[in-house]
Amino acid sequence: MTTVETAVGTSKTMVLNMGPQHPSTHGVLRVLLELDGENVVTAVPDLGYLHTGIEKSCEDKTYSQAITLTDRMDYLNPLGNNLVYCLAVEKLLGLEVPKRAQYFRVMMVELQRVSSHLVWLGTHALDMGAMSVMLYCFREREEILKIFERFAGQRMMTSYIRIGGLALEPPAGWRELVKRFLDMMPARIDEYEELLTKNRIWHGRLKGVGYLPAETLIAMSTTGPGLRAAGVAFDNRKAFPYSSYEEFDFNVPTRTESDCFARYLVRVQEMRESLKIVRQAMGKITDQGPIKSEAPGIVPPQREKMKTEMEALIYHFKIFTEGFSPPPGEVYVPVESPRGELGCFIASDGSPKPLRVHFRGPSFVNLQALPLMVKGQLIADTVASIGTIDIVLGEVDR
Amino acid sequence: MPQPAHANASAVIDRLRTWKPESVSQVIEYRGETTVVVPHKLLLATAEQCKQDPELNFNQLSDATCVDRFPNEPRFELNYQLLSIPRLARIRLRTSVSGQQPVIDSLEPLWPGANWLEREIFDLFGIRFEGHTDLRRILLPDEFEGAPLRRDFPVEGKR
Repeated sequence: MTTVETAVGTSKTMVLNMGPQHPSTHGVLRVLLELDGENVVTAVPDLGYLHTGIEKSCEDKTYSQAITLTDRMDYLNPLGNNLVYCLAVEKLLGLEVPKRAQYFRVMMVELQRVSSHLVWLGTHALDMGAMSVMLYCFREREEILKIFERFAGQRMMTSYIRIGGLALEPPAGWRELVKRFLDMMPARIDEYEELLTKNRIWHGRLKGVGYLPAETLIAMSTTGPGLRAAGVAFDNRKAFPYSSYEEFDFNVPTRTESDCFARYLVRVQEMRESLKIVRQAMGKITDQGPIKSEAPGIVPPQREKMKTEMEALIYHFKIFTEGFSPPPGEVYVPVESPRGELGCFIASDGSPKPLRVHFRGPSFVNLQALPLMVKGQLIADTVASIGTIDIVLGEVDR
Repeated sequence: MPQPAHANASAVIDRLRTWKPESVSQVIEYRGETTVVVPHKLLLATAEQCKQDPELNFNQLSDATCVDRFPNEPRFELNYQLLSIPRLARIRLRTSVSGQQPVIDSLEPLWPGANWLEREIFDLFGIRFEGHTDLRRILLPDEFEGAPLRRDFPVEGKR
């Protein structure tokens, strides 16, 4: 790991080691701060404390087995990770997914976006000293996790989105479940806004903090709410629609101030837009219809077929023993995760195991801009900047 | 599945060919994605053209990653995903790097965001980037030996 001397040299300034066990680094991020009094001269992030070699492990698993690994990267957005991986494998295979399954995927990842932003808002407010917001946010997040539990049997590591469709038929009564949440949520977002948006302390801590111009952010490969808060309305759901996003009517919230406060406003607005998308998806989903593609040899057959048809049994056996082999080639699929562009690059050599799986984690790439954001600012502002970049260390280190 | 991402890729290739015919050694179309294979020596120049040419205007480097084709030679393939936010277009540049001399020009002078992406490749594949300002390991500890994402590195690790 980086030593203090190699990172910042020996000068008259003081070096402060922040993390890796620091509550406001949201995991195990270590930042070396060179300080002149209270002001940051340079900041050097040091990563890798959570590196688990997920990309290497994927190379040793069949295409379907690797789905469970993707859950564990960005642990606040497991469904989004499942989605990007499955979209990439489906693109390699040239596999079409039924519309009903696509709408369900949209609904689930948008609920996930709300839950991820809730965790962000709660923990960020906690970093800034507002404890009650955290309790409210986690209360609502729990409702979303309950929905996931009913759908997938799991609260967090759902692995619900599978290659060719979904893992399970949605539970009976899912409409009431989601609708109850949708009816409750807008008033709850108003509640958070009442606590924060006009709060003078909140303004004082966030306004003008962590500013970077849009050109710098683009050059630093930043995407997501951080870029949109600088006035660039780039969103992969609109720019390169996937999973039928082109059929949904929603706005891409932007601000122009490009400070921590603008990033907060963009995220709150995104939660409201996500609720709109979930409502539209519910209207589009029919009660009957397939949730998986008809793709023998790739998508596991239905249980009843397996018990009655010989072919189905053979396919079942082959999928779970040797897997399936996509044709050789490479694909890169980008989706919009709550943190920005989440990309999945897969190279296939025509064997049942991928030659290479690479995830372009938005947390990893966005974190690069941190040293520029905090230069010349106070230590307390560093905490605000780290917070509004919204990193998940599981994804940074993979 | 709609694919506007690479719909206007042929215009990009024509543009690059008019600029310097030898910059495009091969064009690969696969599942609606376009990969432009660039000679090893011309990577930096071609990338610069992709960024500076106002009609191409690839202002962001989305991702950079490596594929190890061990035991074939040249064993490494570097893939750069370029994104043009104003034109809403994507393209992939690819170049090969040999296993004996794994060195290539850094794209950091063009896109500062390449810094960590290239550090990650250096860390996990052991490819050196000429002109990189801060080429250190990023995910692994400094004392780690080897490049774990190479195909000849065992999955369970070396003991």
